[in-house]
Amino acid sequence: MRRGLDHKLVHWGKRNLFPNIAQSMISILMLIIGCGLLYLIMNWFLINAVWKGDSSACREASGACLSFIREKYLYILFGVYPREHLWRPIVGLILWIIFWFHFTKKKNWNKSLLLKFPTLFFIYYFLLSGGWGLSPVENHLWGGLPLTILLSTVGILVSYPLGILLALGRRSKSKLLSYPVVCYIELIRGVPLISILFMSSVMLPLFLPNDLNIDKLFRAQVAIILFSAAYFAEVVRGGLQSLPPGQEEAAKALGLNYLQTQMYVILPQALVQVIPPTVNTMIGMFKDTSLVIVIALFDLMGTAKSSLTDASWLGFSIEAYIFVALIYFIICFFMGRFSQQVEYEFKLSKERS
Amino acid sequence: MEKWWDSVRSSGTLILMNKRFIIKLLLFLAVVGLLITPIYFLTKNIEQQNISTGFHFLSQEAGFELSESIVDYNSFMSYGRALWAGVINTLYVAIIGNTLALVLGVLLGVFSLSKNFLLSKFCYLYLNFFRNIPLLLQLFFWYGIFTDVMPAVKRATPFMGIIFSNRGINYPWFSHPGAIAVILSSIAVSFCLVYLVKQWAQKTSLRLKIAPLIFLFLLVEIAQIELILRFFPLEYPAVRGFNVSGGSSLSPELISLLLGLVLYTGAFIGEIVRAGILAVDNGQWEAAYALGMTKIQTLKKIILPQSFRVALPPMTAQFLNLTKNSSLAVAIGYPDFVSVANTTMNQTGQAVELVLLIMVLYLVTSLSVSSVANMINSKILGVAKR
Repeated sequence: MRRGLDHKLVHWGKRNLFPNIAQSMISILMLIIGCGLLYLIMNWFLINAVWKGDSSACREASGACLSFIREKYLYILFGVYPREHLWRPIVGLILWIIFWFHFTKKKNWNKSLLLKFPTLFFIYYFLLSGGWGLSPVENHLWGGLPLTILLSTVGILVSYPLGILLALGRRSKSKLLSYPVVCYIELIRGVPLISILFMSSVMLPLFLPNDLNIDKLFRAQVAIILFSAAYFAEVVRGGLQSLPPGQEEAAKALGLNYLQTQMYVILPQALVQVIPPTVNTMIGMFKDTSLVIVIALFDLMGTAKSSLTDASWLGFSIEAYIFVALIYFIICFFMGRFSQQVEYEFKLSKERS
Repeated sequence: MEKWWDSVRSSGTLILMNKRFIIKLLLFLAVVGLLITPIYFLTKNIEQQNISTGFHFLSQEAGFELSESIVDYNSFMSYGRALWAGVINTLYVAIIGNTLALVLGVLLGVFSLSKNFLLSKFCYLYLNFFRNIPLLLQLFFWYGIFTDVMPAVKRATPFMGIIFSNRGINYPWFSHPGAIAVILSSIAVSFCLVYLVKQWAQKTSLRLKIAPLIFLFLLVEIAQIELILRFFPLEYPAVRGFNVSGGSSLSPELISLLLGLVLYTGAFIGEIVRAGILAVDNGQWEAAYALGMTKIQTLKKIILPQSFRVALPPMTAQFLNLTKNSSLAVAIGYPDFVSVANTTMNQTGQAVELVLLIMVLYLVTSLSVSSVANMINSKILGVAKR
C-alpha cells in the first residue's frame, strides 16, 4: 500500500516536474523561488512576529507587528462608528454574507432576487443610519468596511439600471438620443475615475444652486455611479449585440411595443448572456471605491491609511496594508469565482441544448 | 375603435401629432435640459463667487516645486510649464509602464499554460492574487516598503554599487551627459554589423547557425562596453551625510508607481494572453509539430501571432487603463498631470478649466492609442472591420 503511494508520487513527479533537462531546471528554479518566498513569509509573519506587546517591542523584532493589528483592527474595519452601536454594521455585514451564499446557489436565480437585493440594501442602510427606534448615526461617522460595501452596493443598484438605459439609448435609431449617449459613454470611459471624483468634489457645487449643500459621501457616490454606469452600458451593449435581430423582429411581429419588446424579450436574454463581464465590472467597481480616499472619505482603505498616523504606532504600514489587502482579496476572489461558475454553467447548458 | 389622432395623422397634415415623435421630442428636451440647467447654475455661481474664467492663469507664475520632472522646471516658471511637466511625467510613466507590463503579461500568459506543474501554478497564483487587490492599495504597499522598511541613507549598504534606501534607488551612471547617445548609437551599429554578416553569409551560401552569430554579437558587445567604459567612466553613488551623491537615482514615488502599475496591469494582460492562446485551435499546435517545429518556434511563429488577433482589443483597453491609472500617482506624491492639475486647482480655483484640460489630455491619449490599435488590427493583422 505504502509502496504504491510512493510509486504514484514518484511517477507524478517524474511526469510533471522532471520529464527532461529543461523542465527539471525550471522546476528546480521554481522550487528555490517558492521555498525562498515561503521562508521569508513564515519568518516575517510567524516566527519573528510580535503578537503581544507595544510598539517598542515591535520595533526591536524583525517580523510583523501583529499587535498593531490587534490594537487597530476595530478602527480599520469600522472607522469611528460609535462603539456602543457597533452591532449594527456587524449585523449588516453578516446579512450581506448570508445573501451572498443565497445568491450564488443556482436554484435561487429567479426574479425574486430583483426584490431581495434592494430590500436587503434598505435594511442595511437603516441599520447604519438609524432612525425609527434606533438612535441615529450621522454619515460622517461611517467608515471602514461598511462604508466600502455601502458605496459599492449603491453603485451597483443605481448604475446598473442606468447602464442598461444608456446601452438602449446608444442603440436607439434616433440620432438625437444616441449621439449624446455615445458622447457621454466615451467621455467617461476616456478619463480616469480620480478626475471624476475631483470634479464631483470641486465642481458639483458649482453646477448646482448654491443654497443646496450636499455632503461629501453623496458627491463621491454620484461620481462612482456616473463612472461605472458608462462601463455597465458597454457590457450590456455587448449582450444586446450578441442577440440575433430575429428576436426583435419576432417580438414586433407579435405586436409588442418597444418597451414590451425590451422588457420581456431582449433584456432578459441579453443580460443573462453577459453575466460574467458584468460581475467583472462589479469587481472593478468594488476595487475602485478605494479611490474615495483622495477626497478624504474613510472607507476601508482610508481607515487603514489613517490608522498609520497614530503617533504611538508609527511605521507599521506594511502590516495594515496586508490586513486590508486580504479583506479585498477574499471579497474579489469569491466574486470572481462566482463569475467563473456562471460561465461554466452557461457552457454546460449550451452543450446540452 | 379609432383614436382621434389616427384620423389626424392619416390626413397627413400634422406630423407633430405623431405619438412617437412627441416621445422622442420629450426625451431630447430632457437630455438638453439636463445639460442646460447645470450650465445655468454654473454661470450664476461663477458670477456670484467672482471666479475669473478662461485660461489666463496658465501664464502666471506657479510658485510650487515639483519633486521630479523630466523637462526643465522650477517654481518661478508658469502654471502652463508646470502642467506641461506633468504631461511629460504622465507619458513617461505610461510608456515605460506599458512596455514592462506587456513583457510581464506575455511571460505570465505563456508560462501559466506551461506543462510544468510548479511554473503554471505559480503563474496562476500570481494572476489571481494581483488582479484582486485594488491598485491604490498596491501602490501604498510599495510606497510603504520604501518609507517604512528600507533603511535610512546613513545605514544603507551598497549592493553591487546600487544603494537601496528610503530615498529610492541610486545606481552607477555615466557622469558625462553625452554617454547615453554614444551607447545607443554604438548598439545600433553593432546590430547593423551582425545583420550585414548574416546577409553576407546567406549570399555566399555559407550556412551559419544561430549560435556562432550570438557569439559574434556578444564579442562585439563586450569590446564595445570595454571601450565605452574607458572613455566614459561610471560614477558610483556614495553616501555623503544625509544624502547620496553621484550616479543616477530613481525616486521612491516613481519606483512604487511603476511597480504597482506594471504588476497589476501585467496580471490582467497575462490573463488576456492566456485566453488568446487558448482561443487558438489545438490543430495549429499539432500541425506545427508535424512540420517538425520546436515548441518555442511554434509559439513564436504560429500561436502567438494568431492569439494576438484575439488579444489585441482587450490588450489596448489594458494599455489605456494603465495610462488612466497612472493618475493614482497623486496619492503617493508623484507629480503626474492630474497631481499637478490638482495643485493648480487648489491654488487658482480654476476648477472647470483644469478638469477640461484633464479630460482633453486623456481623451486625446485614448483616441490616439485606440486609433493606432485599430490600424494594426485592420492593416497588419488583416481583421476585417465589422
